[in-house]
Amino acid sequence: MASISLKYKSKQGSLTAPGDVDPGAMIPIATTTLSTATATVTFSNIPQSYEHLQIRGISASTASQAILIRCNNDATNIYYNHELVGDGSNASANSRTPRTGAVIMPQGMSATANIFAGLVVDILDYTNTNKYKTIRSLSGNDLNGSGYVWFNSSAFPSTSAVTQIDLVNNGSTFVQYSSFALYGIKRAGA
Amino acid sequence: MPLPSTMTPIATNTLTSATATVTFSNIPQNYTDLVLVTNTYLSTSSQSGNITYNGDTGTNYSVTFLGGNGSSASSSRSSTRANLPLDLGYGYSSSNFGVYNVHIQNYANTTTYKTMISRGGEAGIGTNATVGLWRSTSAITSITCGTSGGNYVAGSTFTLYGIKAAS
Repeated sequence: MASISLKYKSKQGSLTAPGDVDPGAMIPIATTTLSTATATVTFSNIPQSYEHLQIRGISASTASQAILIRCNNDATNIYYNHELVGDGSNASANSRTPRTGAVIMPQGMSATANIFAGLVVDILDYTNTNKYKTIRSLSGNDLNGSGYVWFNSSAFPSTSAVTQIDLVNNGSTFVQYSSFALYGIKRAGA
Repeated sequence: MPLPSTMTPIATNTLTSATATVTFSNIPQNYTDLVLVTNTYLSTSSQSGNITYNGDTGTNYSVTFLGGNGSSASSSRSSTRANLPLDLGYGYSSSNFGVYNVHIQNYANTTTYKTMISRGGEAGIGTNATVGLWRSTSAITSITCGTSGGNYVAGSTFTLYGIKAAS
């Protein structure tokens, strides 16, 4: 059987081929799984060919500190944040403005054997140079007797395209086996 | 070799008759995360849908819940329980199916317990987000959607997706 080399149905990709195969709209960009405790996880040189970004992962920290996202290495006090949180007893809404990063988990989970928080973060229209960037997240941790579930919405008030994302453990470190995967979401026709 | 898509539908089950349980078995282990998307309605009042992994019905699950019912927001917790909740329970009407997205992160690793985060809702009842824990380091090879009593009605759908991260 003849082999056929393939290319993406988009301008991204370096292969050329006689036929096109569409790999879908969600493209894996990079993954980091920590082998040691680390304070910051960086995704740099993010391709500018997608419409949105998504980060999916599991996370635990050495201390219960906030987990932030910083765009383009900007750590100034400019990020707007709002959250809706359930702590197992009460639901509450908070505003944490301004902060030095977009809050995706107001309280990073202190390391408990084998237990990691889950998170899904969307960074919408990240290449658009006409608007500020919106970051929203769904995250949570349950420790069989304690835990939180959060909705967060944040703004990076810059019209710059996002080329770098730092996941920052604000005052502690991510523990071994914490894992973060970055995906690009393609626009129609890309 | 064909390039695989990142978010791949693994299986879909659309019920043609009332059914108490739907099981996805022999789940491939080559993805990073699973996403279970359900659109369901229960046949019996005061009942609710639930999820178990690998046939484990022991009290190895726990959840923290955040919800809104149109009047107020609330949060609750249920620990050391025999399953994870899938939905808000019996729906408002038989035409009003609930919709839920359940994210099961790093389901195939054998180092960590398994955390799921979900969001969904049923018009006429409410909307919610849930985080759930299965206290097992086993890789997830099957998922069973069950009920606390009664059946999922015909027309209920369950789709399982695999998401593959960059290696």
